[in-house]
Amino acid sequence: MRRVVVTGIGTVNALADTVPGTFEAFRSGRSGIGPLRFRDVDRLAIRIGAEISDWNPEARFDPRELGLLDRVTQYALVAGAEALAMAGIAEPLGPRGGVILGTAAGGLATWEDSYRAVFSEARNRVSPLVVPRLMHNAPASHLSIRHGFSGPVLAVSSACASANHAMGLAVQQIRLGTADVMLTGGAEAMLCFGGIKAWEGLRVLAPDACRPFSLGRKGMVIGDGAGVLVFEAEEHARARGARILAEVAGFGMTADAHDIIAPNTEGAARAMQLALQDADLGPQEIGYLNAHGTGTLLNDRSEAAAILQVFGQSPPVSSTKAAHGHAIGATGALEALACLLALGEGVLAPTLGCTQQDPDCPVDLVQGAARQGRVTAAMSNAFAFGGLNAVLVFRAAG
Amino acid sequence: MQRSDIETEVIAILARQLLLPPDEIAPDARIDDLGLDSLGKVEAIFALEERFDISVPFNANAPDQPDFDISTVPSIVAGVERLIATRPA
Repeated sequence: MRRVVVTGIGTVNALADTVPGTFEAFRSGRSGIGPLRFRDVDRLAIRIGAEISDWNPEARFDPRELGLLDRVTQYALVAGAEALAMAGIAEPLGPRGGVILGTAAGGLATWEDSYRAVFSEARNRVSPLVVPRLMHNAPASHLSIRHGFSGPVLAVSSACASANHAMGLAVQQIRLGTADVMLTGGAEAMLCFGGIKAWEGLRVLAPDACRPFSLGRKGMVIGDGAGVLVFEAEEHARARGARILAEVAGFGMTADAHDIIAPNTEGAARAMQLALQDADLGPQEIGYLNAHGTGTLLNDRSEAAAILQVFGQSPPVSSTKAAHGHAIGATGALEALACLLALGEGVLAPTLGCTQQDPDCPVDLVQGAARQGRVTAAMSNAFAFGGLNAVLVFRAAG
Repeated sequence: MQRSDIETEVIAILARQLLLPPDEIAPDARIDDLGLDSLGKVEAIFALEERFDISVPFNANAPDQPDFDISTVPSIVAGVERLIATRPA
């Protein structure tokens, strides 16, 4: 079976619009969460989020193409360009290149703007580009078009596990031999009035701060952004002399088949076990675990129980969601970056916002400040509404 | 609005969530004993907000709800009464 390696990474998120900036925020324990600033925010009960501030699409895109690009696609394109530049891939790969990108909500702001125009402002028509802007595959397709990747290209939508599922499927394409290089990860842009209004009703958003695994937690804080990774067949990367950042060693996915909202310890534990088996690693070899760690009571306790069930003794665990926010369908890609930082530099990004660890979540929590440690393998969890679990295992470049 | 009217409405809302006839919900019933799950609670609170034009401070992540006690029918009625009284005119 072909081994899969990471040769490039890129991101736009609330912490920074580059990987070095994001890594610096992880090292220093900086958070991107702040007051929301979009239209009609004063009509919301929840007014914080991890927004991408000072986003200036006019400076990044040709005005002629901008009409086609919802923010979710803009983020994906910027992250994808950074990843490919790092990988040193400048030429179109044609059918040997593919794109599988996760998103939960696609072009949500495009829906919102169009509905606002026809319902609220009584306009009779909307932009003719609404459909190509809002479709879930728009980010993947624009990356494909821009970079000439004409192999397997599709979008994956599994709520908060979208990016991990996308990366897992990308690994499988390379293993199967249907592509040599896959752009993968996720993109999300839910921070608009309707996006938060929809979440508010579930009563799982925190009004003040994101506090994963902490007493006093009040829930999730939503973030925007994209993470795009270049996955590549190892022999392909070596043949062209590419720098290998890490190996994507294992992937496991399960469904709880239990509840549409509430998580299930058993399903999460099985996904972690499958990922370890796929990577041919024992639990003791995982030196860092980036938790799903949403900061909701139900997730944190269920996930902590699953970790202890799989590992016996907890590896160092952190949730980076109090830094980049819960970027829903992109979050797994941002969290993969935290795993690569741990593998590459031995920096374990901290769990921010944890004031006093919940005794019912007795994991070895990296909190407050980053921890140093030699990490040879790292795990990244994503557990979605709908009871869908997707876990990746990365191994240090050998 | 009288307290007894609020109680009737609260019981009606709970009954719709639980698919029970209202007379099977005692005025002193405990919500967990009625079998209302977490999504049912969220839906019931939404219904209370719509019915009484109030905004209920409820967060599904806090084990205790200091701002709005939904543990029993009387505590919900008292909470709704307080929110109606402090409703902006």
